[in-house]
Amino acid sequence: MKHALIALVAGLSLAALAACGERPQVATYKQGTYQGKPDTPPYQNAPFNGDKAAWDRAIAQRAQNQNEYKRTR
Amino acid sequence: MARMKFLCDAERCIECNGCVTACKQEHDVPWGVNRRRVVTINDGVPGERSISVACMHCSDAPCMAVCPVDCFYRTEEGVVLHDKDLCIGCGYCFYACPFGAPQFPQTGAFGVRGKMDKCTFCAGGPEKDGSPAEFAKYGRNRLSEGKLPACAEMCSTKALLGGDADVLSDIYRERVTMRAARGTKGSPPWGWDTAYGSAEAPKQVQPPGPGVPAPQPAPAGKS
Repeated sequence: MKHALIALVAGLSLAALAACGERPQVATYKQGTYQGKPDTPPYQNAPFNGDKAAWDRAIAQRAQNQNEYKRTR
Repeated sequence: MARMKFLCDAERCIECNGCVTACKQEHDVPWGVNRRRVVTINDGVPGERSISVACMHCSDAPCMAVCPVDCFYRTEEGVVLHDKDLCIGCGYCFYACPFGAPQFPQTGAFGVRGKMDKCTFCAGGPEKDGSPAEFAKYGRNRLSEGKLPACAEMCSTKALLGGDADVLSDIYRERVTMRAARGTKGSPPWGWDTAYGSAEAPKQVQPPGPGVPAPQPAPAGKS
């Protein structure tokens, strides 16, 4: 009888602690990685053939064409 | 490193839809797909404002986050592109995008909703630069030719700017400074002076000289 009572108390104690072991239910977001085909940089092929500095200069010059204050000065 | 962005000046956009037309013509965009649109607020009311909207090539793009097949990638220039061979046309990117940039053709292998199509900043896609395959799927690759997006380069009022964000910021900053210096203050809320600044600096009011009588205020009760 005594053993049964001890076992019952021990069982209830474990049941009361069961909630403490629950894991968080909120899913964590993990960014996926690109799965498609690789792409080359815009300066890789003709007419720049890998010359990034020349490409940068061309883009910078084209960008300034959008500034009419410079174009009309 | 360049960070490619668009910037639209609402003071200058005249809702001509030239950018929309240029985009469709440059990339042979099919009927029903608009990579770029002009949105007008308070249309027809004095003081209406228009801006040209397309993919903003977000630094933290929600379309990339929600894509279940991870077909999006960002180039080193900051342009958000996608692989159409991988796209399944689910439409999640359309729901996630705050600008309505992703477009879906109404015909194709997926029936009513084809593979997603959007603004590429005229940078093509993951095919050989300038190849027919790249043009067919993504349109012309102007960036690889050392050119900027067609919509921005042909904008007649230069309301739409495209290119490196730092350069655009400098251009826009100079523009706003010029407006402030050339008489935007006191000018109407829309019109030439507000968009471009006056042709000449406003004349300074000269204080009356010693022999010139100062203007007298109008007597009360008369107008």
